[in-house]
Amino acid sequence: MMATVAARELADGEVVFVGIGLPNLACNLARVTHAPNLVLIYESGAVGAVPERLPVSIGDPALVTGSLMVCGMADVFQLILQNGRIDVGFLGGAQVDRYGNINTTVIGPYERPRVRLPGSGGAAEIAIHARRTVVVSKLSPRAFPEQVDFVTSPGHRSGGVRRAELGMPGAGPVRVITDKAILAADAVAGELILAALYPGVTAAEVKASVGWPLESGRDVGCVDPPTARDLELLRCVLDPKKLYLRG
Amino acid sequence: MSDVSKLMSMRDAVARFVHDGDTVVIEGFTHLICFAAGHEIIRQGRTNLTLARLTPDLIYDQMIAAGCARKLVFSWAGNPGVGSLHAFRRAVEGRDGPRLELEEYSHFGMVARFAAGAARLPFWPLRNYMGTDLPRANPYIRTVTCPYTGEPLATVPALHPDVTIVHAQRADAAGNTQIWGLVGVQKEAAFASRRVIVVVEELVDESVIRSDPNRTLIPGMIVDAVVLEPWGAHPSYAQGYYDRDNDFYVAWERISRDPGELRRYLDEFVHGVPDRAAYMEKRPGLATRLQAKQRRSSGVNYGF
Repeated sequence: MMATVAARELADGEVVFVGIGLPNLACNLARVTHAPNLVLIYESGAVGAVPERLPVSIGDPALVTGSLMVCGMADVFQLILQNGRIDVGFLGGAQVDRYGNINTTVIGPYERPRVRLPGSGGAAEIAIHARRTVVVSKLSPRAFPEQVDFVTSPGHRSGGVRRAELGMPGAGPVRVITDKAILAADAVAGELILAALYPGVTAAEVKASVGWPLESGRDVGCVDPPTARDLELLRCVLDPKKLYLRG
Repeated sequence: MSDVSKLMSMRDAVARFVHDGDTVVIEGFTHLICFAAGHEIIRQGRTNLTLARLTPDLIYDQMIAAGCARKLVFSWAGNPGVGSLHAFRRAVEGRDGPRLELEEYSHFGMVARFAAGAARLPFWPLRNYMGTDLPRANPYIRTVTCPYTGEPLATVPALHPDVTIVHAQRADAAGNTQIWGLVGVQKEAAFASRRVIVVVEELVDESVIRSDPNRTLIPGMIVDAVVLEPWGAHPSYAQGYYDRDNDFYVAWERISRDPGELRRYLDEFVHGVPDRAAYMEKRPGLATRLQAKQRRSSGVNYGF
């Protein structure tokens, strides 16, 4: 369901910076359904990738075979990302807070972490430079605290200062796709609010899974379930080994 | 025809060019990670190393577990698509004796550090890190005011490895090295380094290199040693030669989670073999399972 909903965030012809995990599946689903002209760019250097199998990692050899271009990583970050060529960046995170700041670095203090997470990778610069970002994360009070333990990838506000004032070119995390609902950033305050519910999920349930008093948007919609074709593609074609669909 | 052969065994290359206390870079982004060199460094018992790489991957997890590392310089420390690097986590979360020292960037930051090192500049500017806690965690991430626009820009310092080890599809004996598929930051890392070891799947004649010069990523003039070590990147991969061993990356979750199991792995597959050929003999069926299919490029006309 999350993969399908995330895929719908992508319009045909857009240039998308694909991250590891579920976004990888969502982007490839979009490419074989409604967005055949989606340009997939991986931080590993594959541009216009058309993977014949679901890439397990973002450096999979199937990303190279048949792609439009393969470039070095200095080119990916400077000539493509910093140059402003990315329409959409996908990000995941262990923690996402009220203003869409994301933590993938540590749970607990940096010097003595309770849990050491992988760190930024390319996420910090994607969050800063992509014209917009879409965040994918499962809903729970631990994953959605009022404030993250460490800001790896900046959202809409940092220490009360808005991202534009800090000099960030991109619009930041406009949508957060969870397993129960879609949250969206409020255009004025930059705060995440409830935008749409999955079938059978109540607003109260979502609010109980978030660490701040979650506001509802003006029209809280209902998310369409995946079509039979989406499910067949996901289960039989894109991810038959359940690399990303587990859980 | 160059008559300067730099060809040597992995054992000799590591003995000569990798010393205790060095800053060591074994690069390759998912692709062409030289596990054979990491294993030889473990076998020769190098210690006190500063290990630098964007993604420490399984190879640095193994070197951390083997006690080679004092410090890690990195930007993403996970097992791609699988989960955690558990030896790394134990060393950082402090369950296994002395903590590993960390110097942490993002990918762009690490790429920029290599670019500065390769260009022999003291730092590299980038429009990055505003609103993040990374500069608070790493005081080497600083800012400079642009002298033309007045814009504040982030800076990262040049990285100068003592030795960089690059795995590649092919090179000649003088070290002219050709890579295709994902090229990561190997070129920048090699040019930033004081010494360079190239490890290849195939040793070719200089005429093969000259037939396709655009594919040369690293010129022989910056290379100190050339090592022929087929399958030297396994469980990473070499485009056109063999696929990534994703099953092993998944298995590493179980192996690395248990220090005893990890120790047994190192005993059998690192200390228990003298070189890559012996490592491959211990894994019958591997070559057949991972052998790359044919997808040849059409080639171009270099004539004039």
